[in-house]
This record gives sequence, C-alpha cells and structure tokens, in this order.
Amino acid sequence: MAIVTPLKTAAEQALVQQYADAKAELPGGPAVRKLREDAFAGFEAKGLPHRRLESWRYTDLRSLLREARPLADGVKVTDAVKARLASLKLDGLRLVLVDGVFAPELSMLDAIPEGLTVQSLADALVQPREDLARVLSGPSVGADDAGLALNTALMRDGVFVEVADGVALAQPVVIVSLASAEAERAAFHRSVVLAGKGAKATIVEVSEAAGPAAQQVNGAIVFETGDESDIQHVRMITRHQAASVEVQSLLVTVGAHAKFDSFALVCNAGTVRQQHFVRFAGEHTEIGLRGINLINKAQHSDVTLVVDHAVPHGTSRELYKTIAGGEATGVFQGKVVVRPHAQKTDGGMKSNALLLNEGAAMFNKPELEIFADDVVCGHGATVAQIDSEQLFYLMARGLPRAQAEALVLQAFAGEAAEFIGDEAIRELVMGEVEAWLKAREAAAEVSTV
Amino acid sequence: MLEIRNLVVKIADEDKQILNGLNLTVNDGEVAAIMGPNGSGKSTLSYVIAGKEDYEVLDGEILLNGENVLEMEADARAAAGIFLAFQYPLEIPGVATMTFLKAAMNAQRRARGEAELLTPDFIKAVNGAADKLGIAKDMLRRPLNVGFSGGEKKRMEILQMALLSPSMCILDETDSGLDIDALRIVAEGVNALRDKSRGFLVITHYQRLLDHIVPDTVHVMSKGRIVKTGGKELALELEKSGYASYVEAA
Repeated sequence: MAIVTPLKTAAEQALVQQYADAKAELPGGPAVRKLREDAFAGFEAKGLPHRRLESWRYTDLRSLLREARPLADGVKVTDAVKARLASLKLDGLRLVLVDGVFAPELSMLDAIPEGLTVQSLADALVQPREDLARVLSGPSVGADDAGLALNTALMRDGVFVEVADGVALAQPVVIVSLASAEAERAAFHRSVVLAGKGAKATIVEVSEAAGPAAQQVNGAIVFETGDESDIQHVRMITRHQAASVEVQSLLVTVGAHAKFDSFALVCNAGTVRQQHFVRFAGEHTEIGLRGINLINKAQHSDVTLVVDHAVPHGTSRELYKTIAGGEATGVFQGKVVVRPHAQKTDGGMKSNALLLNEGAAMFNKPELEIFADDVVCGHGATVAQIDSEQLFYLMARGLPRAQAEALVLQAFAGEAAEFIGDEAIRELVMGEVEAWLKAREAAAEVSTV
Repeated sequence: MLEIRNLVVKIADEDKQILNGLNLTVNDGEVAAIMGPNGSGKSTLSYVIAGKEDYEVLDGEILLNGENVLEMEADARAAAGIFLAFQYPLEIPGVATMTFLKAAMNAQRRARGEAELLTPDFIKAVNGAADKLGIAKDMLRRPLNVGFSGGEKKRMEILQMALLSPSMCILDETDSGLDIDALRIVAEGVNALRDKSRGFLVITHYQRLLDHIVPDTVHVMSKGRIVKTGGKELALELEKSGYASYVEAA
C-alpha cells in the first residue's frame, strides 16, 4: 500500500516554520517540552483539521486558514486596548491577556483574595509541578484533536488560577482576552483553573478584538474541579472582525458531588469553533453546557462537544440556541458517551436553531453512545423559522413586525441564559443579545423565510 | 364603523376561495353576531379583517371609519382600532405577560403619536383590568399564555381588549373551550366594554354565548357570504332549526 503524504497548505507550512523558530523560546520545562513535541508531531502528521474528519466536518479549518498569521509574542498595550478595557461593563477580578500574553499591568493582581492564587501560564509552565502535564492535557476524549494539539504545541501564555479547598470567591474572576489588533496576528493561549474540594467560583472569559485587524485565536481553558465544588464558567466571544478565526477548547474534569456549568455567547464574531471536552471524574455530579449563537452575514459558529460519563450517577444537560441570518452557518455536534459501568446516568441534550432567511444554514448532529443499560438519555435537535402564527398574534396586538420578531427571538435565545447563576452576568449577556436584536431591528431586517 | 364590501378572498397558496362577495356593516355601538356552520368562512373573515397574511384578497374592501385597511399590516390595523380576540390564543414562551402587555400598549401609542405609558400608570391599568376579570397576579408574571387553561387564555384576550381599548372588537369563537362559569366571566368582561363608540363582531357556532352577550343584529354566514340578517331572535330560531336551510339557500 502506498503511503500518501498530503501536500501541506501554505498555512500548514508556515505553522511548521513558526514552531521550528519559536519552540526554543516557548515556556516550559522538559515535561512541557515533550507535550509540545508530541502534539506538534501529531499536527505535522495530520495537518490542519478538515472536513473529512468527522469532528471537523462542518468547519474546514484547512480551507478557512488560507495563511497562518505571525505569532503574537508580546503585550502591546495600545490605546485601543485601554479604551476597550475601560468600556467593559463587568465587575470582577480582572485578568487581562493581550494577543494571548498575560498583561500583569492591566490585571488586578493586588486585589486577589485569600484562597485564590493567580500566575501567568508562562510562569506556571516552568515550575517543577509533578501534575503539570496531566493538568494541561485535560480529559482523554479531547486528546487527539488537531486544533487542541496546535494549541498545546504553541501555547505561549494565559493564566493559571487555583481556588483553594473550601473557598467561595465573592466576585467572579474575569479573564479578558483582547486582540490588540495593531496588525493581524495569531495568538495561542491556554488558561488553567484548578478548583479545590468544595470551592465555589464564577470564571468569566471575554474574547474581543480591540481594533480592526482580523486575528487568529487558538485558545484553551482547562478546568479541573474537586469534589463538592460548584463552578460556573461564562464565555463571551464578541466584537471580532468578520475575517477572524477563533478556535476555543474547553477541557473539563469534574469531581464527585459537584456542579459545573458553562455558558457561551457568540455574537458579532467571524468564524468561531468552540469545542468542549468534558469528563465526569466523580459520581453524583451535575454538568450543564449551554450557549447562544447569534450569527448573520457570512459568520460561522460551531459548537462541538463530547461529554464523557465515565462514572455512574452523573447528570448532564446541554442546551444551545442558534439564530442565523444572512449567509451564516451554525453547527452543533454533541456527543454524549456513557461508559459501560456508568449506570444511572441522566443525560439530556438539545440544540434549537431558528433560521431567519434562506441563505442561512444550520447543521445539527447530536449523538449518544450508550454502553450502560440503566440510563436515561435523550436528545432533541430542531431547525425552524420564526413561528408565523406567533408573529401574527403579536402584530395583531400592535407590535411592528421587527419588534415582534425581536421579542420572539429574545425569548428563544434567553432560555439558554436562564441558568447563569450570577444575575449581573446574566443581564450583561442578555444585554448583548438585546443589542444584537436591536441592531437587526434598526436595520429593519425581518425574516424572509 | 366597519364596512365590508363585496369581499372575495382565497387562501394564498391554494386555489381555494373562502369568501365570495361578503357584505357586512357593523356600526359604532353595535354588537353584531355572525353565526354559521363549520367551514362557512367565519374564522377566515376574522383573520382577513385583522390582517393575517395567509390569504389573498381578490376583490372588495374593508373600511374602518371610512379608511381601507387592506393595505395595512396587522400592527397598523391594531393601532387603527381593530382587535381580534383569538379562538386559539398563541403561547409565547419566554415572554412575560407584563412585558408583552406593555410592549403592545406602547407600540400602539407610538403608532398613534402618543407618549409611552409611565410604568406606574401601566401597572395600575393592568391591575385594575385584571381584577375585574378575576386574573390572578401570578398569571401576569408567567410567560404569555404558556400553561394557561382554556378559560385563562380567553380571559387574557379580554384583558388585552380592555387595555388596548379598540374601536372594533372581533371575537372569534370566544366561547369555545369555556365552561359555563368561565363563559360568564368572559361575557361580563365583554359587556363591560360595550360602548356607543365601539363595535363588536361576535363569531360563534352556538346561541349559548349570545345569551350572555346579547347582540343587536345576527347575521347568518354560509359559503363565504352573509345569507340572512335579523335581530337577536334569529339566533334562537337557528338554535331550533339548524343551519341546513341556509346552507341550501346559499
């Protein structure tokens, strides 16, 4: 049999060169270096993920990335960055990354409460920590993902956050990741959140571009949370350029009798691929993954997730709401795996999409892989238009069409945000949703399906 | 005043003609009832007046106070004073009833060039109207019509009618799905709104509703047109003799 070596694209060749040039100065001791080498070898063998890989079927990164932008390598605190930070309406302990590099001067390092430790990933990578390679790797279900491998090889910085046993943080930790947008750059960052036994915290990630250049972002965040912990993760990917490409990996391992909830909003972005790899490591734990994707024009939003019920008595819920107009494409691929001994698993997965016109598209692919026999698992995926009967009812009460649509759409999306426990954050999220709908209403865009 | 002249309507995507040259006038202060068998076009008539899009008007006109409403979208007709109480009010998950009521009242006020309601005035208006209809406060906090019983949905329709204060009220089979107590509450709500400046078009299969909302005129509809018009005694007569003779006559 002939061995076929695929020709490398310009972007792949550039990435090979970038890694060769950068690897000596990328942070990390021998264990981290080995992680990088192994990950990059995987990337070199397989190249950028493309549509013939089942998990990347609808987001062909190989053809999307025509060229690889130069690696961002330092913090550029531009006026645009400062202005963007000043206008962020979110209280909390702010930690700032600029082009994927931790910016201590912009972060609230002097406000860190007892029981919380924060350092940059670059610092954490050079510390002699025995569990570092394990922590960085996350759950095994994401191990062979090509997007994540590239992040592992090239991760330059991020934040490394530890919440001690029994500590409940009074305010959210807000990780703001800004593209400085001086020039088109590629940022590879990874953050880690370790939550001890009984820890309680809200971690918010905000990803925005401060200026007009289209960035390539490959980010990852690892959560390893202890028994009886209660962790809420909220992510907002907004205000990016149409030509930006963002890959975000969420790696989660949750202990026993714990709660972990993640919510993500995508709106006014370019191409976004979120991939969640989540593992139950202890029994009697509840995990929720939810999100709202608001896309129009040629935007693209992909949520691909794998939930690994590796132990019995786990409860998982997924709920994704997509509103797609223009020529936008939404993707939901959800896989719930129930291992043979993971009895009494309770899983429920839903993806609902509304298409606003004929150019928009949604791909739904829910999957259940159940190897245990005493479980309750279900999934539902819908793609629909705005209900014309509902619209007529609202219009017959005097609401103009655009306002009636906005009301229906806001309610449709809002269901996924109801689970955000922090009221201020929930209001901020719904404020973004409302602004998106208002912009649509102002442009007098109404659905044409 | 509502005047319908020679209205010919078909379903937009089909070749099916439903209204065949219908003529009808409802004066201010008048309660007109339309009765007729299933399939005679009663609900279609109510939808066409309110501005539903699934129909194509082939001929005729609908005038509200002399102005042709056929070119208006449903929201403009509502602002002009037309109100349709739905036979099957729609459930709108995620939209709180109070949010909806405020949006509707203010949208109509804006369309008429009036200032928006202040929140305290709005709440006072809703609470007052809700009390009269026996609508509990917790119903107003729930998403619009979601999980409401048939009777609750119909009461919510009448509440909206009271708050929006239309000049032409169309009630489409408002009695369907109501038990006798709910029917009485709804009818009392409607009767309280009877006014010399307001017309009503009450569409029903059965005479029962007209015991509670006593009409000034009764029209019999068959095969898409009005085939007989009389006083309230016509309804009683229909209850005895049925529609058969009118269906044949049409």
